[in-house]
Amino acid sequence: MSGFETGIRLASLAGAVAFVLGLHLMNSPATARRGNQLSAAGMLVAIVAVLVDVSHGGHMNVTRWLVLICGALIGGAAGLYSARAVAMTQMPQLVSLFNAVGGGAAMLIALADYQHDPHVSAGVALAGALDVLIGGVTFSGSLIATAKLQGYWSQPVNFAGARVVSAVLTLAAVVAGIDVIAGAHNAWILAIEAIAALGIGILMVLPIGGADMPVVISLLNAFTGTAVAMAGFVLNNATLTIAGALVGASGGILTKLMADAMNRSVVSIIAGGFGTGATGIEPVGAGTGGTVKSIALDDAALQLAYAGKVIVVPGYGLAAAQAQHEVRELASLLEERGAEVSYAIHPVAGRMPGHMNVLLAEANVPYDQLREMEEINAEFDRTDVALVVGANDVTNPAARRPGNAVSGMPILDVDHARSIIVIKRSMASGYAGIDNELYGDPKTNMLFSDAKKGLSGLVAAVKQVG
Amino acid sequence: MTEGFVGDITIFVLALLVGFEVISKVPATLHTPLMSGANSIHGVVLVGVVILSSYVNGPIGYVLTFLAAAFGAANVVGGYAVTDRMLQMFRRRVPVKRTDEVEAA
Repeated sequence: MSGFETGIRLASLAGAVAFVLGLHLMNSPATARRGNQLSAAGMLVAIVAVLVDVSHGGHMNVTRWLVLICGALIGGAAGLYSARAVAMTQMPQLVSLFNAVGGGAAMLIALADYQHDPHVSAGVALAGALDVLIGGVTFSGSLIATAKLQGYWSQPVNFAGARVVSAVLTLAAVVAGIDVIAGAHNAWILAIEAIAALGIGILMVLPIGGADMPVVISLLNAFTGTAVAMAGFVLNNATLTIAGALVGASGGILTKLMADAMNRSVVSIIAGGFGTGATGIEPVGAGTGGTVKSIALDDAALQLAYAGKVIVVPGYGLAAAQAQHEVRELASLLEERGAEVSYAIHPVAGRMPGHMNVLLAEANVPYDQLREMEEINAEFDRTDVALVVGANDVTNPAARRPGNAVSGMPILDVDHARSIIVIKRSMASGYAGIDNELYGDPKTNMLFSDAKKGLSGLVAAVKQVG
Repeated sequence: MTEGFVGDITIFVLALLVGFEVISKVPATLHTPLMSGANSIHGVVLVGVVILSSYVNGPIGYVLTFLAAAFGAANVVGGYAVTDRMLQMFRRRVPVKRTDEVEAA
């Protein structure tokens, strides 16, 4: 190994180390930003190293530089623009879009490499076939997820024969992949696999409902990482393999956490199992078993104004109504009156893992007020008012009993609070499709309103209390 | 199966384990930035595109490389930028009165 080559390898190693340490620093909100910057610096080192390497190799010519630089400039500018312009409520769409392009790039690497020279070893062919399959599914699946999150349509789409088409496409992808691995040496076969993979991705995400999106985005994130790692095998480049594996692992962990927190299995979500139709904010629907008490705005405000300890429980409905600034305003008002206010965040609150925390951070809620489920559950016993905004299934005490759709699901112990106010548009059931026993609790008062209107109404009414 | 390929698999598996170990400790508060940060890391695919660009030939090769470069660069630049934007919003409890002002420290 020449001195030059050693230098390049060491620079790539530095990049990989920066990725790991950067992720490690994400363990705490205080160091997370530095972690991301360290990771970005590592990325810069890795990219500069590979640029020096290829220009030193003497194979670059004007055309190749032009293709690379023009592509990178256009993509980089588009990426930077969307990163600056995106609203925090739209973060899931953007993450999904970056999943799409990352997976797409990984797929294109395998296609271009194979098209350049299809006479590869079986190992490289295997990695290439997997790269194209996973990358293709991620690319089209993430684009569909982006469109759904953007609200072009959020309802699951099912059409007659979808499963048959999926089966045919899967068969085509597998047969083409095996052919490539067995030594087809024909770029068209890999292209067929790519087209089949794109089709599979579309059909996989189309039938999935909006509320399952946290799991889907995590899963596609893991897919992208894996596809990039496979591209590392194709190019015999360890940096890609290491970084791809890190992302694959993180996506895998988050997928598992999200699925557990929703009491669903990943398989049933992808297979389009039960309850895919409902989202948290359906119009007027079924009633509950117990007697439900409704409360007037002024009475709710009075209750809050004289509470010593308030816990806000924000959910998907709050994110959908984009009412994070109103909830923050109400909380500040109550704090000025001497109340202790914190936020109980269920792991799946929002539209992607941890989304609610970002929305509330944007509304200037300090992160030490954002409390995780395990941490805050014990405090509900000492809480005067629990204010539930747009959360439903994650507060249902029925989860503690076996034999229903939410059994075993980890929940916030909202029913332990001394009194409960629920802001909700109607009595519609949540995602699991069952009634929330919390609403029938004698301690519970329902404030029927849109999250945003209800909260701003409460703000005005609390100010009146004086 | 070449020796190099087995070496790559070794690296892949060890990196997976490191990933599980490092990430399983991240609190739920940071899951969105974590995912966004991991998202930027898979922008490393741009490194692969640079390598690819040094040997492809012909119109198809160039088009595929061009697209891959655009995708990879969008991923890496946008990913890091948006993660940073998100993380600078996470603050400790300090009396901040200005809601709309976010200074880039």
